[in-house]
Parts: sequence; structure tokens; C-alpha cells
Amino acid sequence: MINFGSGNTVIKSKLISRRMFVLTAAKTIVFCGIFGRLVSLQINEATKYKTLSDKNRFREWKLAPQRGIIRDFFDKEIASNEKVYQLHITPENSPNLETLFFRLKSILNLSDKRIFYLKRKIAKQKPWEPIIVSDNLTWSEFSRINLFLHELPGVEPIVSVARQYPDQSTAHLVGYVSQVSQKDLQKKQYLKDMSVGIAVGKTGLENKLDQDIIGKVGFQRYEVNAYGKRIKQIQVDPGESGKNYRTTIDLEIQKFTSKILEDKAASVCVMDIYNGDIITMVSSPSYDPNSFVHGIDKKYWEELISNKRKPLNNKAIAGLYPPGSTIKIIVALSALENGIWNPKKYINCNGLTELYGEKFHCWKKKGHGPMNLRSAIQRSCDVYFYEVARLLGVDRLSETAKKFGLGKKVLEGFIEEREGVVPNTAWKRKFIGKNWYLGETLHSGIGQGYFQSTPLQLCLMTAQIANGGFEIKPRVLVNKNKNKLREYIKYKNENPNDPLPIDMLVSNFDLKPLFRNQENINFVKDAMFAATNEAGGTSFRSRFNDQKFMFAGKTGSSQVKKFTALQRELEVKQKDIVYEDRDHALFVAFAPYSDPKYAISVVVEHGGTGSSAAAPIAKQVIKKVLERDNLRDNLKSLTGEEI
Amino acid sequence: MFQPRSIQSSMTFRDKVVSMDYVLILSVLILGIISMFAMYSTDGGKFDYHTKSHILRFGIFFTMFLIISLFQIRFWYQTSTLLYLAFFLLLLGVKYFGLTSSGSQRWLNFYFMNLQPSELMKIGLILFLAKYYHRISTQDVNRIKFLFLPIVALVAPVLLVVAQPDLGTSILIALGGVTVSWLAGVRVKFFAYASILFISLTPIAIAFLKPYQKARILTFLNPDRDPLGAGYQIIQSKIAIGSGGLFGKGFLNGSQSYLDYLPEKHTDFIFTLFSEEFGFVGSLFILILYSVIIFRLINIGDITRSSFGKLYCYSFATAFFIYVAVNMGMVLGLLPIVGAPLPIMSYGGSSMMAIMFGLGVAMSCRVYKDIPVN
Repeated sequence: MINFGSGNTVIKSKLISRRMFVLTAAKTIVFCGIFGRLVSLQINEATKYKTLSDKNRFREWKLAPQRGIIRDFFDKEIASNEKVYQLHITPENSPNLETLFFRLKSILNLSDKRIFYLKRKIAKQKPWEPIIVSDNLTWSEFSRINLFLHELPGVEPIVSVARQYPDQSTAHLVGYVSQVSQKDLQKKQYLKDMSVGIAVGKTGLENKLDQDIIGKVGFQRYEVNAYGKRIKQIQVDPGESGKNYRTTIDLEIQKFTSKILEDKAASVCVMDIYNGDIITMVSSPSYDPNSFVHGIDKKYWEELISNKRKPLNNKAIAGLYPPGSTIKIIVALSALENGIWNPKKYINCNGLTELYGEKFHCWKKKGHGPMNLRSAIQRSCDVYFYEVARLLGVDRLSETAKKFGLGKKVLEGFIEEREGVVPNTAWKRKFIGKNWYLGETLHSGIGQGYFQSTPLQLCLMTAQIANGGFEIKPRVLVNKNKNKLREYIKYKNENPNDPLPIDMLVSNFDLKPLFRNQENINFVKDAMFAATNEAGGTSFRSRFNDQKFMFAGKTGSSQVKKFTALQRELEVKQKDIVYEDRDHALFVAFAPYSDPKYAISVVVEHGGTGSSAAAPIAKQVIKKVLERDNLRDNLKSLTGEEI
Repeated sequence: MFQPRSIQSSMTFRDKVVSMDYVLILSVLILGIISMFAMYSTDGGKFDYHTKSHILRFGIFFTMFLIISLFQIRFWYQTSTLLYLAFFLLLLGVKYFGLTSSGSQRWLNFYFMNLQPSELMKIGLILFLAKYYHRISTQDVNRIKFLFLPIVALVAPVLLVVAQPDLGTSILIALGGVTVSWLAGVRVKFFAYASILFISLTPIAIAFLKPYQKARILTFLNPDRDPLGAGYQIIQSKIAIGSGGLFGKGFLNGSQSYLDYLPEKHTDFIFTLFSEEFGFVGSLFILILYSVIIFRLINIGDITRSSFGKLYCYSFATAFFIYVAVNMGMVLGLLPIVGAPLPIMSYGGSSMMAIMFGLGVAMSCRVYKDIPVN
């Protein structure tokens, strides 16, 4: 039969076509939807997905850079790197971490606490990022791990390098490195892309130089498949080891000084008076900075913390002491510069002076008798300086003191350095909220009361007097800055009869004179010479007779606790008082006197008097420094550095 | 007068060949060639197992497609019930003798290939229903009595496939059947009833779902729910496609697939691989090729005079569209991952066989467009 043309078929065809139309419309819409989705994924969001794809594709393993090496002036290493044996775990390579830790525990003696900590850390990071289980294995532990390596999947024994400090004498100056803390990460932006486990400088030079000395982190970039297997290495950047630094320190002198100070709480600074090179800066007692590198042992930490002599404190820049009688050179200079005192003026010291009913004692109970300015410095007469200070006033004194380096930081970038205090009327009003009393001026005149300075400040003060009163910038790192002061001295020696006016010094040599009249500086230097080298001087017992080592210095003893009237009456000796109440012993000096080159400051905490405790130390150190002076000069001329 | 028999007898082999739809053939051929390159890429740029096997299958089934085109449409009309029953028996055979792979029993082992009867059933059901609705009058379509057989013919194989379990294929089979019924004129209200019934049964059905199937649906609703588990496929697929950008990463440079981030890259995610390597431009080209194929199929339906031909071509075109749309929607993150291959592109013999068979019957409709089927 032929159905074509029958009504039913036509109706059916029409029905089918009508319904098909609906479907076709729906198909078009769906395909448009798919088209739209393609546009959105491949055009609008392509960048986002490309990034995600690369994130899938590449994995980076960071390579910790080697820290730069710090050397002394003669290229001896004072902070170096040593080979260490480490144990890393890559969690994704280990089928069962639980068993792995159990095995490791029996091999290495890991504490449960440590294992708990490691597990928590693993949970937080990516499975392919290695975690450091132990960063300083002993050789026997390391070889045991290697022996059992086949049954410890995921474990990687690694030979790496870590910081090492060969000598404890530089511990305070160089500081130490330790594991990165949360605080470091917040403060030091450059640590952001460093690998975990990198050591970061915490104190001293290590902290100051951290950004440059830490080096550039390297990485290995691999293409990995979905199962984390490395397919091929795409890029390796070995990174860069950190910058090396040469310091102005003489390790030999540093060690020598450290040895002298061994059982004392003390500090010694020696500075080149022309270019500000810090030859030695020792704080005692010291500690072992190596103990911080791999996480400090709790027992040792507590020992350091509880030690009364504060081994962790860098006394040279963070120890604050009243300058005591060492301030007298500034008081004298200030009085002369301000023209309020005739150096020839005599005052009779009978051991005591009174002001508004308050008694002010001289350290010498019997009194010094008639004194002029020179002899008052030589014998450190307090009564004389009470009078000088009274006339001078604390504000003028503080101005001179600040000019010569007190009351402000000497170095740059040492977080532990402190400013100290140079008091004046405005300072007292601001920080204590009270008016200044004249009596306090008298205390300030002998470096007591509110006065607080660091040993390095005192050293700088002495250096700037010794070099004829010119400003210098103390430095720990060798740099190529030209030394103008040396050029001037050379000029002056060549033209002894051609004194230059101050403004010429400034314009021709770019110097910053701290004086109005250089004669005043010379007067103070001469008085200091007398204090050491003339009979009756406070440091006469520590003098050198040899012209080559002859130095000029000023002693100081600063009170920790006020001497009571009873003690004064009984003439109690320092060594009979409890340690904590004994005076600090201070001494500042420059040497050699005939052609000054170095300034020194010595502070012995609770050491007693400056002349008995501090000056003898200075004597030993000065000798050592001057003996090595030639070596230093030779090296400078050899390397073409300024002389 | 119109004399079909004379037309038939007057058609020479040459006439038959000439009356084929060459745009359709060409599109299929281009798609086939593209799929070979895609397969070469999934083999990591080596002429390896998948590539060889895919080329062989394409060659065999493409030839089959052309041969089937030359068969009288009447032959397919007459054998459609038989084919349906045969496919149904094969499905039953799967239940008892089937091969199990990754938790699902889908294949029958013939010595030359592992056959997946559920793929064939996609076409079988359409053929069967097209014939059924061809035979009954328009008035009868919506009578309850005449609705009974289509429902049984649809539900029985779907249940067998769901039980394998293979949610994706069962949905695709059902959608094919629904399409024929819709085109035949079954009233909207019946579809509405069916939908209501289906929705009300869904909670019960969910209880029978395998955990991984539940996870897939939840994952579709929120791919970031479990980015390393069930959501992984969708996320990685989107990354691959998106990172292809406008022009793609280049042939054999698809890092997502090359580094095994793409799951099932030979089969369900072949479009993702292609899209990553050839970018938006390539994807659009594929989409256009599929559109051309679908519209050529619809065109055959338009020019075919018999209701059987129309019903079959339209339904097959729609089913073909659904396969493409479901697969692309899936890899583009628009639909849940249900396991639906992309016609012609995806690796898989049964799917290729079914599609080529379906295309062949449609082409036969074109060659014999003026011939009545009974």
C-alpha cells in the first residue's frame, strides 16, 4: 500500500516538524550556552586558569643560600660556615609517617614533644616540602641514619652548611643567628620568600647586616606530574651566597682583651682616633654564640639568663654607666670653651663643700689642698669640679657632652645599642617632670646623678679629644671612605708654621671641628697626660715609661649606691662592700701621647676605683694595640687603603 | 503518478552514492581525523596502543557507516524490533556474563572486542520507538493503551543499565526514548506526569546510588567541596580548558593531560585535552563540526518523506546533540560528571560503533528518502 498523500501521514509529518522545531530551538540555546562557557573559561578567565595550570605543573624546591663570612681586619674569620649533617623528611615520599617517626625515635632519640611539633608542621605545609627533623646531627647519628636508610622511606640525610663562630671574644659584636621566628618574618620583609629553616641574624652585626649577608635564595624548579613525580628539571638557580664583610676589628687584640677580662663583668673599646675604626670592642663575660645556631639548650639558656654578670648583654654599647670622673675632661673643656673659667684659678679642696646646706664630698676625705684646673684633672678633685660645674651650668655642660658623642648612638644598625642620658634642665622637665636643682648640677659635674653613657660613647669622646677635637664616625666595617682628618694632620705636620683658621679647616678639608679654640683641647690633653704620667696622677701607677707606649688617661669611679655618712666615717674600702653595691671602675685614655693614634675606654662593673681596677687593664691593652700598630699600617699601605 | 517502486528500481549504485550527504560524511571524517590526533596526544606523542586502536576502529566503523547507508531504509524499518530485542538480550547477557571493570559490569567479551551493549541500546531504542510510532495513528498516540509498550521498552533497558551501574548511559538511553515519544506527539501532560513521578522517586533512587555517584552529584553542586577527591576531575578539567586560552598550548603541549592531571583523558575528557592544546579556536571548530553534523541530520529528517525516517532522523539528531551537550557540559563544569563519551572523538569501540550505525541508518534515510518503508 502506498500511504503517501494520505491525510494521516501529512498530519503526522506536520506534528513531528512542529515538535522538532521546539527541540531545534532548545539545541541552539544549549549550544550557545556551551559557546558562552568556552568564552568565559578560555578568554575571560584564561589568565587565572593558566596560573592554576602552572601551579599544577611546576614545583619549586628552595635552596638555602650560604651566609656571607665576616672577617677581622687581617682576614681572619670571625663568623664562618661549617659543614653540618642534617636530617630532612619529605612527607609525600613516606608511606607511613607514624612508623617512620617510631623508627627515627629509636635511632635518634627524638623527644615526643619534638615529634608532635614536627607532625603539626607537616600538616600545615605542602606534602612535597621537606621538613627539617634535625639540623645538626653528630657524625655517629648521621652514619646510623645512613645505615638504616633503606628502611626509612622519605628520609633524606643532607650535608649542609651552618653558621659557626670560631671565637667567643667577638660574640657580642658579631651577634648570632638562630631559627626564624614569627617576629622576624613580620619585621624583615626579605625573609618572605626564603626557605623554611634558614637562620636569621638576631643581634649584633649578624642582625645589622642580615639582609645582605643572608644571600639570595636559590631554587630548583621541576615539572611534576599529578602524582608528584619529578618529570624534568626546568630551571635551577643556585642562589647567591651572602656578601662577605671585613671588619675593623683585630681578632688578636680582641682575644687578648677578652682573656684579661675573663672573670670580670667589664667592657673595653679601642678606637682609631682618626678614622673611627673600632679595633676592639669586648664585653665580658661572653657566651657561646654557636649554641644559638641550632636552637639553644634550655639548661644553657637558663644559665645565661640567671648569670648576674649578664653575659648576653653587650656592655660596650648596651651597658649604661654614670661616666664618673671621666666626665671631668668634658666639664673642663666646656668651661674653657665657654670662657667662664680661668685654668689658673686656684681652689682649696678640704674634702668637702656645701651648697644650701647640702654637703658635697670629695672622693679624698682629707681633701687635695689648693688645686688649679690642670691639677684638679690630674688628681680628679671633686670639690674643684663642683665649683666649675656650678658656674658652668648643666645646660652648657650637656651641649659640650653631646657634641663629643655622649647621649646618642655611636653605631648604626645595632638594635641593642642604647643612647644613654646627658641630662639638662629641659631633659629633666620632659622625662622626670621636675625642675632642675643646682645641687644636681654639682653631681653632673663629676659624672654622677642622671648621667648615663656606654663605654663606646666614652671611647668616642676620648678619641675626639685626642685627635684635636674633630668629629669622627666610628665604624666596625671597613669601607673605602677617604679620611680627611689624616690628610689634614699630614698637611699640618708638613707645614707646622702655618696654622689654619677654623673656617679653612671646614672648607679645605671638610672637617667638623668640635671646638672653638683648639688650645682648650690641648689643655685637656695635657692635663690627661699629667693624670697618668706625673706623680700624684690618678693613673700614675699604670703609666709606661717607654715613650712608645706612653698614654694619657682619666680615671673614673661611678657610684652605684650612695656612700652613707657612716661608711664615709669608717672609711669603708670598696672590696669590703657587697659586689652589687661596689662602684663601677672606669678609665679613658689615648695613646701614644706624643703622636696619638688610639683611644680606649675601660669599664669594670663593680670593679672599685678606676685607678686600681680599670687603668691596669687599659695599660695591658694599649701595649698590645700599639705593638700591633705597625702590622695594621703595613696592611693598609699594602692594600692601598688610606693611612 | 508517483511510482516509488520504479524509482527504487531505477536507482543505480551510482545514483545511491551521489545522493549521499557529503557535508555530513566530510564532517564526520574531519572529526575522525581530529580525534586521531587527539588520541596521539593522549598517548604522550607516541603512536601507541590507543592511537592505533582508535584509528583501526574509526576505519572499520566509518566503512560500516557507508555500507549501512546503502541498505534499503525498509530493511532497517523491518529489522528494528529485532535489533532492539537483540540489544536487549545482549544487555541481559551483560548482567550474567559481563566483564566487571572499576566496579561496574558493562561489557561482553567477544574475541575481537569488548562490546558495551548499552551503547548500542541508545540507537536500538530510537529505532524501535520510531517504528512503533510510525505504525500507530496520530490519534492513538496519546491513548493509555498505546503508551504502555513504549514505557516498557524504555524503562526495561534503562533499569538494566542503571543496575550495571552506569548512570550516564542510562540517562542518555532514556533521553533518546523520550525524544522519539515527544516528536511522535505524546502530550506534554504525560511528560509532566512522568517528571513528577521521577522526582518523587528520586529520594528512593538516591538510597540506591553508589557512594561515588552521590559524591559526584554533591561535587557538581560544589566542586570545591573536596578538591582532591571527587571535585578533582571537574577542577582539573576546567583548569585545562581555561589555561588553553585563545589559541591553546599547542599540539602535544597540553601540560594538564601530559602530566596526568586530567582523568579519563582518552574517553570522557578528550574534549578537554583538545581544548587545552588548541584553545578557544579549536574548541569552537569542534563545536561547529558537531553543529553541522546535527543540522545535516535534521535536514535529512526534513527531506525524508516517511514518518519512520523523520522520527528516526530527528530523534537521532537530538540524541547526538544530547551526547555532545552532556559531554561538553560535563567537562566544562556545567553538569555533573556522569560518564558520557563524546561521539566519534572519545576512545571506545561500542560508542563508535553505535554512532556510526546510527549515522548509517540516517544516511540510508537520505538515500531512500522518497521510498515508503512499508
